[in-house]
Amino acid sequence: MSRVDGAFRIAVASGKGGTGKTTVAVSLAVLQAQQEEPVQYLDCDVEEPNGHIFLKPAIEETEEAGILIPVVDPALCDGCRKCGDACEFHAIVVPKKAVVFPELCHGCGGCLRACPTGAITEAFRAVGVVECGKAGRLSFVQGLLNIGEAMAPPLIRAVKKKIQPTGLALLDAPPGTACAVVTTVKDADYVLLVTEPTPFGLNDLKLAVELMRSLGRPFGVVVNRACGDDSVRRYCREEGLALLAEIPDDRAVAESYSRGELPLDTVPSFRRALEQLKETLSAACEAVGR
Amino acid sequence: MKQIVIISGKGGTGKTSVTASFAALARKSVLADCDVDAADLHLILQPEIKRREVFRSGHEAGIRVSDCTGCGVCEEVCRFDAIGRAEDGATCFVRDMSCEGCGVCVSACPVGAIDFPEREGGEWFISDTRCGPMAHARLTPGGENSGRLVALVREQAVELAKERQADWVLVDGPPGIGCPVIASLTGTDLAVIVTEPTLSGAHDLSRVLDLAQHFHIPVALVVNKYDLNADLAVRLEKEARERGAFLAGRLPYDGAFTEAQRQGLSVVEYGKGAAAEEIKELWKRIREKINHE
Repeated sequence: MSRVDGAFRIAVASGKGGTGKTTVAVSLAVLQAQQEEPVQYLDCDVEEPNGHIFLKPAIEETEEAGILIPVVDPALCDGCRKCGDACEFHAIVVPKKAVVFPELCHGCGGCLRACPTGAITEAFRAVGVVECGKAGRLSFVQGLLNIGEAMAPPLIRAVKKKIQPTGLALLDAPPGTACAVVTTVKDADYVLLVTEPTPFGLNDLKLAVELMRSLGRPFGVVVNRACGDDSVRRYCREEGLALLAEIPDDRAVAESYSRGELPLDTVPSFRRALEQLKETLSAACEAVGR
Repeated sequence: MKQIVIISGKGGTGKTSVTASFAALARKSVLADCDVDAADLHLILQPEIKRREVFRSGHEAGIRVSDCTGCGVCEEVCRFDAIGRAEDGATCFVRDMSCEGCGVCVSACPVGAIDFPEREGGEWFISDTRCGPMAHARLTPGGENSGRLVALVREQAVELAKERQADWVLVDGPPGIGCPVIASLTGTDLAVIVTEPTLSGAHDLSRVLDLAQHFHIPVALVVNKYDLNADLAVRLEKEARERGAFLAGRLPYDGAFTEAQRQGLSVVEYGKGAAAEEIKELWKRIREKINHE
């Protein structure tokens, strides 16, 4: 498994929240590190990152991430409205002189380019922080969105800039199928979709599958909390999707998780399922890597 | 008319199951499913769609290959890494699902080779359900501007509530603390936060409490699956109470949540299990609390 521009990227995503993305992503990272293979875990669920709870990394470096937003010099603004007309996001309006609404600004630079008088310059506005560190042999990165901040994608892009040049990068994606997920998975070499065999799990899996197909990403499915309900298994068969592993439903896993302990170390059936997943996943990745 | 939003920070804590149960219990309510990119409430409430509209989510750049000279100006000005170059290097193209819709490349292109059509980002619906009218939506997977679609769904629900003189607007919110959550939360009368006693749940609760505080929205806390880790449940309640939240109650780890879902029923309609009675009590407390203020 390799790619020319850096580490091989596996994104762990889900559609529905709470299906076990973080548990799976962290466990795979830990298994990989235990075999002394170079691995990096990147928490791209910047609204609610949870990987650190299990990995307990030592953070070595913290930096702000954000976007460039316009700053208007009222002495130079002649109120021509060209900036307001150029902005697709209503983030700059011109009652008499241009006024900026920072929380609406996407940082595209359109107003700056449109301004004929040079009244607009740009300033950095942080939307969150990127933290990098180590958890044993494992390299750790997470984004943490500031409270009240709407836009996760610029921060996710900053997290992804930390992807190492070689080895394996595991990206823990946010739930859903909106822009934050797209930003995380769009250039992944492989996507692992974690679901659960419930009507909600299946419905949201179908949405995630639709997204993977429109992004043209190779992907496989892992069923968490597997039980008598075989709806997801049936769906995978009908759609010809790779079902990589099933993790049995076990309250002991949930209890272990509740304490911030990785069930990898406490529940043997969980460890077996994850080891199997690591094998099937690695075979699937080899197949797309070729 | 009071607006209540059900959020959680962490996903999968039981937001939708709680919302559906409140919908079954509340008289004269209008429902809004604001988890537009992974909507599930319709699986329980089985809405009959009365009105269906396209969601226009802004614009998207598209380069006409026949007119593109491959000068690369668009690539230089795009800050979203949305422009790629054809393998032979002769022309540029807009990468799938990467365009932010800012239009900067459109005005920068020296030969006017970039179109900027409106894009359709999904659909929104007004429906009837057995628990009252419902506004909901389906974001096209990967669609932009989910926050705008959330705002639209909420506007529709509020309009419906005014028309029907409803007492409640019940909003099923998305996980997280970002754009669609903010759009679900702002201006509501109460945020019901459904959490679980796990360290992840605790971490996410703390951030979503910060968010509610940031927007000055009062909070009622529900600890679901409390018996998974009863000590932590107590700690979560303590933290929330100290930060001004109203403790609405606890729900046990109950297989009835999933079983009700499989039957297309809310937990209270399904009726079996310990949680059903508890949810009725929860709703009563929340109703009294909000009517007192």
